[in-house]
Amino acid sequence: MNRNRLGGLLLGLWSALAYGLLYAPLLVTVLFSFNAPRGRFNLVWQGFTLENWRHPLRDAALSEAFLTSLALALAAALVAILLGALMALALARSSVRGGRWIALLLALPLTNPEIVLATGLLNLFVGLNLPRGPLTLLLSHSLFCLSYAALTLKARLAGFDPSLELAAQDLGAPPLEAFRRVTLPLLVPGLLAAGLLSFSLSFDDYVVSSFTAGETVTLPLYLAGAFQREISPQIQVLSTLVLLASVLLLALASPPRGETRGNSRADNQRHGR
Amino acid sequence: MSVLPASPRVEPPVTPASPQQPPRHRGRSQRPSSHGLSSHGPRSHRPRWPWLLLAPGLLWLLVLYLLPLLSLVPLSLSEPVSRFGLETVFRGRLANYQEVLQAYGPILLRSFAYAALATGLGVVLAYPLAWAIRFRGGRWQPLLMGLVVLPSLTSFLVRAIAWTSLLADQGPLLQLLRSLGLIAPLEGLGVLHDGRLLNTATAVILGLTTNLLPFLVLPLVVAMQRIDPVLLEAADDLHAGALRRFTQVVWPLSRPGLAAGILLSLIPAAGDVVNPRFLGGPNNQMIANSIDNLLLVQLQAPRAAALTLVLMALISVAVLLQLRRGLEELPLP
Repeated sequence: MNRNRLGGLLLGLWSALAYGLLYAPLLVTVLFSFNAPRGRFNLVWQGFTLENWRHPLRDAALSEAFLTSLALALAAALVAILLGALMALALARSSVRGGRWIALLLALPLTNPEIVLATGLLNLFVGLNLPRGPLTLLLSHSLFCLSYAALTLKARLAGFDPSLELAAQDLGAPPLEAFRRVTLPLLVPGLLAAGLLSFSLSFDDYVVSSFTAGETVTLPLYLAGAFQREISPQIQVLSTLVLLASVLLLALASPPRGETRGNSRADNQRHGR
Repeated sequence: MSVLPASPRVEPPVTPASPQQPPRHRGRSQRPSSHGLSSHGPRSHRPRWPWLLLAPGLLWLLVLYLLPLLSLVPLSLSEPVSRFGLETVFRGRLANYQEVLQAYGPILLRSFAYAALATGLGVVLAYPLAWAIRFRGGRWQPLLMGLVVLPSLTSFLVRAIAWTSLLADQGPLLQLLRSLGLIAPLEGLGVLHDGRLLNTATAVILGLTTNLLPFLVLPLVVAMQRIDPVLLEAADDLHAGALRRFTQVVWPLSRPGLAAGILLSLIPAAGDVVNPRFLGGPNNQMIANSIDNLLLVQLQAPRAAALTLVLMALISVAVLLQLRRGLEELPLP
């Protein structure tokens, strides 16, 4: 019994260490949003102030980058879940010849480091003489989100009992009606999960953006530039706000209790980079 | 809702083996199973509607993924037209590969070493954590998993900025180590460099580890959810002992999750740009930084392409090994 207790304690401490590593940078970020820095780089603790929070969006360039990223992530997520849902429906509800190859093609981009996609896309846009800017950003982002969206939705669709749709049709619902009243409502949580995942992937993307953005400045590109230029406390203020929004979104997106299995998968996020 | 079965009943598909009639977006009244019937028997009918749904996504994948990737091959054999632009001309120049391997071989090795170290450290942290979440988490399990994911919703650039503060020369971590008298021993172990943490390999690996932790924990928990606690009790009842219980029950059942997690960590870690650039300093740059530099600073697109393809080939080996197991273990929401 005693050995069990000790084991439990060690396990708890080890887990706390892991959570500590995950949360140390977040804590520092929130803390430094209340710092009154000396000089251009808000990296050393000087003293507490609320000044930075009085006008969270004071830094115009930062705010503009933030809004650009917001719009880009929304657009990329929309494109990705639209195309992804169509692909997922086709793959999960029919036996297309080569369906397995298509699923493999969808999974392949996930197995490349981002730098590979970035190099390829830059080469494509240079070759097509397409000026780099918002359009190339949207195309690139929607591509890497598409794989996640389509595979997520496909897995969700595979989890449903197709006889539900058949039952609706047996009861006289035309296929479109059956889709609207049976499949679509079942698919909504999956669409939300895929949308959130795509949004956060695009919102956070640095590598592909740095190759395909041209003159456009997204939030991660702005932040990367800040390392050389100026790390103003507004960066930490804005990051704290984004963090709060993510907590809210994550809370809203979690399915109600009692669905632990689905939940554990819904918590799965990101592809890192 | 009660729908009267007054309208004509839709017949089930011809073969029980074929999938059910799918929902359709465009309301064509004709059943898809009726226009695919051929003389090859019922099994060979394949409706055309799925291709309509697949077309836009496939177009995306072909034009924005396959085409660019394949175009790297001729590019890697080309030469820049001038030193001032990204235009190139094809020359069949295989020497590009030789040159980049000579110039960047050590950095390539370093990248995989850092990625492997970070992943190894990640596994050491993640495996017990996943175990704790699965078997000690109780009804807090979803929340605990959410807490693992939450940090990745903040930009990793913001997290890198925070690490800069934490690892700074006068930062809290080094002050703690100083007060514990650990500077000299850690310097001896090569963890610190000239008494610094910033701009060392340690900083890069630490940054990588925290970035990839969620990718290890989540597949592990999902895999461990398949371990019925009854199995553990049974092992105990049979006096298996902790070690045998682990080697014969837990390990085999959690291994697929671990393999998936390792792959999902190694790939982005080996190709990471941000941690080496912002935490590593000039002496700890990784291969993606070299590609970035070749392409965007030196405008040497062909060599950048050659280096990219080398990186991809190396990673593909790992991917193919995992693909043999199937894609099922890739954790997706």
